Amino acid sequence: MRSLPSQAVFDPASRGADILSELSLVLTIGAAFIFFAVMALAIYAAFSAPRPVDERRWVVGGGVVIPTLVLAVLLIYGLLAGSALSHGEQTKALRVDVIGKLWWWEVRYQAADGSGWIASANELHLPADCIADLRLTSDNVIHSFWIPSLAGKVDMIPGHENRLLLHPTRQGVYRGQCAEYCGDQHARMALDVVVHSPAEFRQWLVRESQPARSGAGDFLLRGKRAFFSGGCATCHTIRGTPARGQLGPDLTHIGSRRTLGAATLENHVGTMAGWIVGVQAIKPGSLMPSMNVYAGDELRALATYLESLE
Amino acid sequence: MSSVRSQAIVGAVLLMGGVMGIAGCIDSAAPTVRVVGGDPRAGRLLTEQFACGSCHEIPDTRRALGIVGPPLHTFARHVYIAGELPNVPEQLVAFLQDPPALVPGTAMPDLGLTEQQARDIAAFLYEVR
Repeated sequence: MRSLPSQAVFDPASRGADILSELSLVLTIGAAFIFFAVMALAIYAAFSAPRPVDERRWVVGGGVVIPTLVLAVLLIYGLLAGSALSHGEQTKALRVDVIGKLWWWEVRYQAADGSGWIASANELHLPADCIADLRLTSDNVIHSFWIPSLAGKVDMIPGHENRLLLHPTRQGVYRGQCAEYCGDQHARMALDVVVHSPAEFRQWLVRESQPARSGAGDFLLRGKRAFFSGGCATCHTIRGTPARGQLGPDLTHIGSRRTLGAATLENHVGTMAGWIVGVQAIKPGSLMPSMNVYAGDELRALATYLESLE
Repeated sequence: MSSVRSQAIVGAVLLMGGVMGIAGCIDSAAPTVRVVGGDPRAGRLLTEQFACGSCHEIPDTRRALGIVGPPLHTFARHVYIAGELPNVPEQLVAFLQDPPALVPGTAMPDLGLTEQQARDIAAFLYEVR
């Protein structure tokens, strides 16, 4: 079983997230310190015998001087952290578009040979130690892109493009999820971010840019025919086949993705079959109907065909 | 009513209640089946790991509300596996390892289970009554 991907603000894996993580820690510890100091004073005041105090010292010292000093220090620290977060213009950044859908993520890259754009879904691949220029938007309701280990939340607003510059520093897999309520399955709209070494990322992009490759054999061919006979091409694209549907995720390399249904299920032949004919029981309200039009062995052939698209 | 008679009535009621209570403790269903070398706890974890719940309803298992295959709530008492195979341990362990080989028309694919994994899951399913 795979180990779980990291999804934690305090486990930063990028240049921006480590600044935010440190800022969060400083604020939490500082606030806790002030809280306990004030509580200690209050308890002392409640339990000690009444006696006169120098009001001006306490009111001016405790109410004006100390807060001004503390907040001034915090302000300077915060401004420095904020300026460290901004990257300025990046001409060599890897451009990736992420579009929030109901309830999944469309991810678009420029093809490895520069010949156009390729689409994928629910999984974002990035090279470590390179800056990625993510363009975030939506074509329906507002979503929010949040990968806690890599960056803070950025909203995906219909009709508007938000930009997020990511600078991952550690290879690994990180989980993110939608952080703005977007309807029935907002809670099942997650994604995996896979950070590769730059060489591995290049290999991945070359493979992903290629059209679908499927093995030969009767069973797989039967599965491919089941894809078309069931009407799946109405909504899905498989590059290299006549399937050019635009409503659902691109399935050209579905076999190599880690999950199905926007990180709702592991991805293997069993869950693929269960998803195709029973999606409304797994993720009710999804825009994909349960495609219960297949005989048992036909369904197995279809699921095996899709898993072969690596 | 005399005190002896009322005592007799109370005693009779208690005796009947006790007998009925004990009778309720005797499991009148089929005897529990055991799978040799199978660990039911490991089997339950395996059903989560392989996401069997994407197709089946399974008790005590996370995210197991699938409606593609039959619900498994009382599986230990089912007579057939997949409507065809007699529900006995040898058949279940073989079925789990390669469903289409035993039931050609089944929608359940070969999930690549090892024999040990199949034994553990079978042991878990035979506790599900």
